[in-house]
Amino acid sequence: MELNTLTAHELLDLIKEGSATSQAVLNCLYNRITDIDAKLNAYVRLGATPPEQAAVHSGPLCGIPVSLKDNICTDGLATECCSRILSGFRPPYDATVVSKLKAAGALIVGTKTNMDEFAFGSSTENSLFGATRNPWDLERVPGGSSGGSAAAVAADEAIIALGSDTGGSIRQPASFCGVVGMKPTYGRVSRFGLIAFASSLDQIGPIAKDVKDAALLMGVISGYDPGDSTSVDVAVPDYARALGDDIKGMKIGMPREYFVEGIDPEVKKIVEDSIAKLRELGADCREVSLPHTEYAVPVYYIIATAEASSNLARFDGVQYGLRISDKGGSGGLLDMYCRTRGNGFGQEAKRRIILGTFVLSHGYYDAYYLRALKVRTLIKQDFDRVFEDFDCILTPTSPTAAFSLGEKAEDPLKMYLSDIYTISANLAGIPAISVPCGFAKSGLPVGLQLLARPFAEETLFRAAYAYEQNTPWHKMKPKIGSGAQG
Amino acid sequence: MYEAVIGLEVHLQLATRTKAFCGCSTEFGKAPNSQACQVCLGFPGTLPVLNRTALDLAIKVGLALNCNIQEQTKFDRKNYFYPDLPKNYQISQYDLPLARNGFLDIYLEDGSRRIGIRRVHLEEDAGKLIHRQDKSLVDFNRAGIPLLEIVSEPDINSPEEAYEYLGELKKILEYLEVSDCDMEKGSLRCDANISLRQKGTNGLGVKSELKNMNSFKAVKDALGFEITRQSGALAAGEALVQETRLWDEKKGETFSMRTKEEAQDYRYFPEPDLPLFVIDKDKIASIKSTIPALPREMMQRLEEYGLSRYESGVLVNFKQDAEFAGRCFDIYPSENKKTLINFLIGPLLSEANSRGCMMSELGITPEGLIELLSLLDEGKISNLVAKAVLSEMIGTKKPAAEIIAKKNLTQISDAAELEGIIKDVIKENQKSADDFRAGKSNALMFLVGQVMKKSGGKANPKAVQEILREKLKE
Repeated sequence: MELNTLTAHELLDLIKEGSATSQAVLNCLYNRITDIDAKLNAYVRLGATPPEQAAVHSGPLCGIPVSLKDNICTDGLATECCSRILSGFRPPYDATVVSKLKAAGALIVGTKTNMDEFAFGSSTENSLFGATRNPWDLERVPGGSSGGSAAAVAADEAIIALGSDTGGSIRQPASFCGVVGMKPTYGRVSRFGLIAFASSLDQIGPIAKDVKDAALLMGVISGYDPGDSTSVDVAVPDYARALGDDIKGMKIGMPREYFVEGIDPEVKKIVEDSIAKLRELGADCREVSLPHTEYAVPVYYIIATAEASSNLARFDGVQYGLRISDKGGSGGLLDMYCRTRGNGFGQEAKRRIILGTFVLSHGYYDAYYLRALKVRTLIKQDFDRVFEDFDCILTPTSPTAAFSLGEKAEDPLKMYLSDIYTISANLAGIPAISVPCGFAKSGLPVGLQLLARPFAEETLFRAAYAYEQNTPWHKMKPKIGSGAQG
Repeated sequence: MYEAVIGLEVHLQLATRTKAFCGCSTEFGKAPNSQACQVCLGFPGTLPVLNRTALDLAIKVGLALNCNIQEQTKFDRKNYFYPDLPKNYQISQYDLPLARNGFLDIYLEDGSRRIGIRRVHLEEDAGKLIHRQDKSLVDFNRAGIPLLEIVSEPDINSPEEAYEYLGELKKILEYLEVSDCDMEKGSLRCDANISLRQKGTNGLGVKSELKNMNSFKAVKDALGFEITRQSGALAAGEALVQETRLWDEKKGETFSMRTKEEAQDYRYFPEPDLPLFVIDKDKIASIKSTIPALPREMMQRLEEYGLSRYESGVLVNFKQDAEFAGRCFDIYPSENKKTLINFLIGPLLSEANSRGCMMSELGITPEGLIELLSLLDEGKISNLVAKAVLSEMIGTKKPAAEIIAKKNLTQISDAAELEGIIKDVIKENQKSADDFRAGKSNALMFLVGQVMKKSGGKANPKAVQEILREKLKE
């Protein structure tokens, strides 16, 4: 048995017993990366090793390697958001989540996971370093933007990983790769050191082989950070304790708006089977309504691009990252700005900067941004109303299983619609988890999304764990290079 | 006949120890870029955390300017590209400034006027560009220093009123101790908006925004120039354009920097990295309790003691002086305050001015000064001696009584003692004595002077005169 195929909690047991060492785990992991990453491209800048880390001999993740998305800052270690404009950028600080991981005894994997540039995308095709491929089918995308993290975990190239989720960027790739991914409540996990895409929507979260690992990692990264004014001072529960509790009588709502047109019939059938399973386990599943669902995608693309256009303004060639000027800089400042940004950003980044700049412009603000903020409030109220009577909401994570490489790359609107089920959780600031719930005939995994009220991550873990432990899906492993295997 | 409509925007660096959104020091004059961290440099992934002291100081200013403090305030991003702005947006406040609708009273020769304060908001300062011949350098030490913007209503109608407004505002800000208000260091800056209209009408003309004035006098001069320029253009039937104009101190004129069409679209939107800040009533009350008596109140207090508008005005220019003077008047036992007024406006103020310090920093306490003046009032020392003792007190920091005792400066009023000196003086100045007897009354004052000299200034001049008259009759 290869150590890299195990979960973090299994490895912790082995290390505690003395039958494995963290060095052995790391060796297995690096061997696996060397063997297969050429096929997957889940990691970028292979071979990068983190600065020497002081050994921590205890802690909830003691000796466990954790892989990080390329937008999470690590002190002295390249963090480039898979963008040319940040080439060579090595932050002089750790993100708060990285400090917490180190304090918990985790080992930081030096090479970062691939992503859509600045997390702009749903397929991990928009990366400076090329597309990541889906371990279940190399001709398919792994989802995005945390596609590198999800593919690496699914392919046993990572024990456990962190991603970031602004509109589904953890959950959708988790679903496409057959692993578990959680977007925490907004404010649950510090954003300090996460290179911002859309500040009011971004959250860092775990991508793991099973629910228990996700809960373990959540326990480490959660909590108030005085360095992030939007983090919330709410006590962090012991997430592992919620696991194992039954779900008899748990009230689960299925929003009718999520099961209509646009959903792949096969995905619909698989999700319906999982509802039957949850009912079998004692859950009380009923249809509910989230009437403003149809506005989520347009509202999201106004708010997220507006914030992004401002967040990305700092990449100007003045202080760090890429700088391109004509010979000797005689073209002056404007020329340097234009050349640097023109060459440094990819097409999708430019598209979003232009969109965001437009919706904030004088004369358009009220019609777009302000109205989007109002509709965001309505979407949040939809959820508040349902959560008065329900513990969870259940939806498919994505309307389809993984699509083909290039299939939507030229059609941004089609690409944006692949996040249709995940975006609302970010707009409402509520936690959501994606767990594997079956396989399509093509052999591709399908994910189930559960959502709960703010700071009710425990409820999600409890429901997801009960489902997972009574289904075989999380035990399935892809056979790299030749499609799915049971 | 045109009337000027003027509104002023004052930017004030708040005297906090650390910057508005990070822990960097705000100390002035340090090596370039030595006081900058990843947060104020806008590095990727970093986040702002509001310095609560900056917010408190801003509320204090809002209260002192009679504003309504908003129950909730938020920050917004003002987006524009400039190399001194590390994030290429400035954290500022747009539609929910923390204070609104206040006023400030100014004194003019023909009475006082109330100037409205439209808003007071908190933002972060930008860095500083240093231009060399072939390149520009940037120093981020200033980037992120808390900056207060105080915007007046367009209630000001002349350059002189603008000058008075700025002087009064600066005085208040100094009393509040929220800033060093040093225009040379850039901790206080002022821009002005000015348009003209026909006197007696209410409409607003085409305005220009004036920048680059480095003193209150420059603001006055620039406004004066603009009135001449705009009224000349209007009289000639030319159309004015809305524009930003820079003041050229050397030439004494303004020139166009950009017109409205070239103006930036700042794309303000709520700063998502900072929450709403709730300012509760207790907070406001506790800040209110730290506001000292302001210049106008101090002036009124002094005027009640019988000081003229001019005298009280001189004494309230600086808070320490006003407080020093106020304390002196509070403990001065004499009904007639004239001696104290004369000493404050006279020797004390000139000693302070010549040393470039406050009266309170001369080493004399109000109690020490009143002790000296009481000795004068009781006739124990002469006015001349009192002034000499005051100088000595400043030099040696010793109490008046000690100096007087040591130098034996107590006034001589004892007739027997004075008679001896007087006899000698008459003997030595027979001609003057004869002159007086012959009816030349001036000669008496000469003789008094001689007695004073011989006594080392200690003789009681009143008593000397009486005895002299007696003796000269003989």
